[in-house]
Order: sequence, then structure tokens, then C-alpha cells
Amino acid sequence: MGVLETFRAYFSYPFVRYAFVVAVVMSLSASLLGVTLVLKRFSFIGDGLSHVAFGAMAIASVCGLINNNVIVLTLTVIAAVILLKTGSNTKVKGDAAIAVFSVGALAVGYFIMNVFSVSSNISGDVCSTLFGSTSLLTLSGTEVWFSIVLAIIVIVLFVILYNRIFAVTFDEDFANATGLNADRYNLIIAVLIAVVIVMGMNMVGSLLISALVIFPALAAMRLFGDYRSVVICSAVIAVVCAMTGMLISIILSTPVGATIVIADMLVFIIASVIKRA
Amino acid sequence: MSYIKCRDLKLGYDGEAVTEGLSFDVDEGDYLCIIGENGAGKSTLMKALMGLNKPMDGQIEFGDGITRQEIGYLPQNKDFQRDFPASVNEIVLSGTLSKLGWRPFYGRAERQVAENNMKKMEVWELRKKCYRELSGGQQQRVLLARALCAAGKLLLLDEPVTGLDYKVTCEFYGLLSELNRSGVSIVMVSHDLEEAIGHANKILQIGREQVFFGDKDDYLKSESWKSFHNHHVSHVHAGEASQCTPAGHISGHGAAKRAEEPVKHEAYDAGYKGGGGE
Repeated sequence: MGVLETFRAYFSYPFVRYAFVVAVVMSLSASLLGVTLVLKRFSFIGDGLSHVAFGAMAIASVCGLINNNVIVLTLTVIAAVILLKTGSNTKVKGDAAIAVFSVGALAVGYFIMNVFSVSSNISGDVCSTLFGSTSLLTLSGTEVWFSIVLAIIVIVLFVILYNRIFAVTFDEDFANATGLNADRYNLIIAVLIAVVIVMGMNMVGSLLISALVIFPALAAMRLFGDYRSVVICSAVIAVVCAMTGMLISIILSTPVGATIVIADMLVFIIASVIKRA
Repeated sequence: MSYIKCRDLKLGYDGEAVTEGLSFDVDEGDYLCIIGENGAGKSTLMKALMGLNKPMDGQIEFGDGITRQEIGYLPQNKDFQRDFPASVNEIVLSGTLSKLGWRPFYGRAERQVAENNMKKMEVWELRKKCYRELSGGQQQRVLLARALCAAGKLLLLDEPVTGLDYKVTCEFYGLLSELNRSGVSIVMVSHDLEEAIGHANKILQIGREQVFFGDKDDYLKSESWKSFHNHHVSHVHAGEASQCTPAGHISGHGAAKRAEEPVKHEAYDAGYKGGGGE
């Protein structure tokens, strides 16, 4: 069977089409925020949040809630706000707070999953929550719409607030001095990051989601010197990598999340080489 | 009515006062220079003027058609984010944000303001360049253009020449004087005593409390200047004093140094330009 027939066969299944769409919109919104995240030195918040989301997911699945996403989203947003507040507080080191949060959430999440789980395949559950191995292909219609709506909200908000996010990212003091409430925008950014991370967990799993957020941004920053080009380039890289990653994972039957992240990583390496040359 | 009127300000962090008893005014056309030892609360005062931190006591009033949002701010030449990708145009435009109101994007009016200020600061040719590739002096001019976009009447500058070499410092002060003559009031914190004071018409010296506020000419005759100046020159940068502008009437002890200084700086400058390729 040729490659094209393989694709045609796969795409005749709705769940594959769902997964494809979700992968693209998700990567797109993650990459837009990624630029801000990297520039604001918030990369670790993204990483910490993904672990928190893992813990939240464990709690939600053990409680047997029908729609896990809502509770995971709520808990992760709360964690994002707390991390942001402690990060700006000079008395508690921000990175220490993040370490406490992420390691704590991981431990609690695994503990809960192990002790209270009703599932017969605990390590399978843990693995797919962490690496998103199969969950992308088991998305329901509702989950797909949930992701698409969230992604659209993130993208629209990013576009509307684009100029303000730039100002706050580049020079917070100046932004404050001209009457822009930087704290408010930092809060919005943190909440959006939480949303993206929860969405991405379904796709690549909680360990790999921060890669989706930072790799396209880092690659774009190697190639361009102005903010708008970097944002656009990082969006393009994210979408292209999400598509090729999906297709490759179909052909070679590799894990979807890991394949997409590896594609992003390759682009980053290529961009770094181009910059050196 | 003054642009800024401060009465009995008490400033500090976490309930501990850094400086208190500050009372001064900034009027239209003023060039106020704020000096004091390290840790005297100069930057804290700047932040209070911008509304970034609340005074512990006392009041700051804005008048004469100025609101807090109409103050242009030029931060220290901290190396922002070394790898921040931003073009000159994007940075200068961001100065007009406060004029946008609820609109999400810049309009023709904002672009025009940005263009005018970039031309005024002679960075229009650089508008597509990446900020991180500019020299220190160019970066300061870009930030000055941004500050002018935010406000045409009053500029706050916090040690604007830190890290700039001699020649560029002179150019920068020249630019400020020009702005001042064209009607922009300037409030500046500086370490660079002689040079900064040379252009000012008013001086505010602060310590644990206010040491002096008034006209420069009165200040230069006062005891506080003599002790501060002597202390400063002998301990901090003896001989660094410069007279790259008509400021020469303050004191002449930098004259001997001046003869050799430009050569050194030109070489430095050339190296700088050579290093920062396209």
C-alpha cells in the first residue's frame, strides 16, 4: 500500500481527522504564547504547570469525573496564578516555588493513581498522561470541540492583546509607567498558558507539552530579529511540525506526541545551525 | 501650577523608610537633576513619580495638564533582554500605547507620532533594525524616542548614561538640552555629577532626608554641594569630569584629562561598530 493510500485509509476515520485538527490548533496556540514565555523567562512556569496538570488529571480520573478537562483546567489555572505571584515576590525564589509545585504535583498524582485507581493498567494510564501516547487518537467529539474553542479563545486574545503583550514583555516598568497594568497582563498570560498546557496534555502528554511551547519560539528567535516576524515564524514552524509529526507517526506508527516534539526539535537544531553559518 | 508638586514625601520598602521629607516642584521648562549617594532612594523616588510604588507618606500631585500617563520614562541602560527580538520601529511604537484606549492596534496617528520622534532622535534609518544589534548610544536614542511618544511635555530619566562611553554621553546630553530648550521638562537621576548638573536649572539632593532643593546657581554656592562634590570626586571617579558641552563653568579640573580622552574613546567606538556587524 502506498503512502497516499495509507493516509486516505487513516483519514477516513473521524478520530484521525479530529486528532489532526486538534494537533494543529493546539500547536499554533502553544507557539504564540511560547514567544512571550521564553522572553519573559517563564519557560519553567510552563514546565511546572504541566506537572501540576498531571496531578490534577490524576485526581480527576480517580474521582471518576465525566469531564476531566474542566477540573484539570481550573486547578492548573489556580496553580498558574500562584506561581506567577510567588515568582514576582522577591522573598520566595520563583524557581524554587516552581520546583516545589511540579515535583509535589507529580508525586501526589502518581500516588493517587496508584493507590486509588480503578483501572487495571496503572502504568499504561500514567504513561499516556505523561507522554500522551495514545490519548490523542481516542478523543471524543466533545473533547475536540473543547480544544478547538479554547484554542480559538487563546489565539483571538493573543491577537487582540498583541501590542500590549509586546510592551509588557519588552519593558514592564515602562509599560506600567504609561498606565498599562502589567500585572493584569501577566495574569492573562499565565491563565492562557495554563489553558494551552491543559489542552496539550491530551495531545503530547504533560511531560512533552512544554517542548511544544518553547521549541518553535526558540527556533524562530534564531532566525529573526523583530517581534512580529518571530511570532509569525514560530506559528508557522509549530503548524508545519504538528502536521508532519502527525503524518510521520501514521506512516511509521510512532507515538504521536513524541514525533511532533522531535520534529520541532529538529527545526530548532536546523535554525541554530543556520544562525551560526 | 506645577507639573509635579511633591510635599513631605516619605519613601521606602516594606515599612522601612529610605528617605523622607522630600518637597519639590517641577515646572514647565524645568531641568531638574536629582543627586545623592548610592542607596539614597533616587530610583525609589523615580518609581514613586511613575506610580510604580506608593509613597509611605506625603503626596505627589500632578497639574498643569499633565497626568501620570503623560510622563515619558527612560530606564537605566540595563541590558534588557540580550536576546529580545524587537525592531526599533516596534519599540518606539509601543510608546504610543497609552493613546490607544480600547483599540487593539496602532492607527495612522500613532505611526505618525512614532515616525516624528524617530526622525527627531535620528533613528528613523534604523527603524527596521533589531534593537539588540544597535550600539549603546543608539539604543538610548531609541528608548528616548519611545519615551517622547508617551509624553511630549515631561521626561523622567534614571541614570540614562550608565554604560555609555564619553563621546556618546556627550551627544546624549546635547540631545536632552535640545529637547529641554524646545519645551520638554526633564527630571533626571544621575551619578555623572558635573555633566548632569551642567545642564540642569534646578537641583534636588537627597540623603536620609532632603539635603537641598533649589536653583543650580544657589546650589553651587551651598555647603552641601562642596561636601558632596569633594567626597564624590575623591572617592568615585576622580578626574572623570568632562565638559563636552557649555557646562564648562562649573569647575575646570577635568580639563587636563580632556586632551587625552577623545582619542581613547574614538578607538573604543570604532571597535564597537566593527563588532556589531549587520
